[in-house]
Amino acid sequence: MQLHVSTADGVPIYWQIANQVKYLVASGRLAPGDEIPPIRVLAHQLLVNPNTVARAYLELEREGVVQKRHGSGTYISDTGSPLARKERLKILSERVDALLAEARHLQVEPLELMRLIKDRSQSIQPKEAK
Amino acid sequence: MNSSNAPHAVEVTCLSRKFGSKLALNQLSLQVRRGRVFGLVGANGAGKTTLIKHLLGRLKAESGSVRVFGFDPVAEPVGVLSRIGYLSENRDLPGWMRVDELLRYTAAFYPNWDPAYAEELRRQFNLDSGAKIKTLSRGENAKAGLLIALAYRPEMLLLDEPSSGLDPVVRRDILEAIIRTVADEGRTVLFSSHLLEEVERVADDLAMMFNGQVVLAGQVDEVKENHRRLVFRFDSPQSSAPKVPGVLSITGGGQEWTAICNGKRDEAVAAAARAGGRVVEEGPPSLDEIFVAWAGAKSK
Repeated sequence: MQLHVSTADGVPIYWQIANQVKYLVASGRLAPGDEIPPIRVLAHQLLVNPNTVARAYLELEREGVVQKRHGSGTYISDTGSPLARKERLKILSERVDALLAEARHLQVEPLELMRLIKDRSQSIQPKEAK
Repeated sequence: MNSSNAPHAVEVTCLSRKFGSKLALNQLSLQVRRGRVFGLVGANGAGKTTLIKHLLGRLKAESGSVRVFGFDPVAEPVGVLSRIGYLSENRDLPGWMRVDELLRYTAAFYPNWDPAYAEELRRQFNLDSGAKIKTLSRGENAKAGLLIALAYRPEMLLLDEPSSGLDPVVRRDILEAIIRTVADEGRTVLFSSHLLEEVERVADDLAMMFNGQVVLAGQVDEVKENHRRLVFRFDSPQSSAPKVPGVLSITGGGQEWTAICNGKRDEAVAAAARAGGRVVEEGPPSLDEIFVAWAGAKSK
């Protein structure tokens, strides 16, 4: 599990950690049942206060993304994160917003943009799937 | 001396200090809780080192009181100094000693000195036992200072500008030492820094000093959550900074201005709206932005 924290943009560190774990789950890089590092190990790796990591894990546990197993460690929930779809859409929304802003800047109407997305989607379909 | 039961590692109350006519500390109060990492931030000359010298008993309180683990550092230096591992800003190690001599010399002062831990740190820090202190690089010198501050497992690690002038590799060693210290149960770290990035990474609590006073103190997360960054866009270009009550600072030009506010978000938004400004961007500010906003607000 590779996370990166930055203090440049103002987002609290515990939040960055929690968001990145959710992102890794949503993108399939962390699967149900995968163990995430112990608090101290991650604190050392990221060079952040252990309490900050603990707060991120607590948040993830509260949202059902991870589960603590008694006396062993913290794992990605088996049930699949209830937030996974919402998270996936949220991640995409940010990209869409950026795309819309760019389109506006280039004077491309949203309808034209949607046509473009559809065209591109067809052209990048894997060949064997057709 | 038995370990004390004082609830705070450090408790400073209404401490004032003058150097000539300059007021270096002005009615300063702060508490450092046990088992926490406490970051002391402030510009050069804000009084951080003067405060630290009081904690070590190197300066006597002119007025107000200083307690470290419940002890007065001037009256009971042993009670205080035996509990503190201190790394000074100027790394005043004896240059004529070799690294191994420095370790033996320092060990003699501390019954709790842990030779195995000292050796582990020496290897981890890549320090040559036979090297003379005066031949060490700036980074190695800092690591030697850190080693002797850590090797008796003090109840509190006190670091004055530990990263000042060091390269990123040595800074990393120092941050690791802080994290490791606090991960060992019950131990406390107090460090001063002007690198807010480091404070945000490793501190639980912080105090911002300005002109010898604490202008802002609290948990790092709360401090961040209590402040907002708002970008206003005004109907027409503003020739000077718009007056928006409730904000600490406002900077920018033309139609767009960035404000940092402390808890009074709604008030600021309403005031800006009356002046023809609307919020076009909003988010949490970085600690740097918060610090600059407070320093600006206090120097007005």
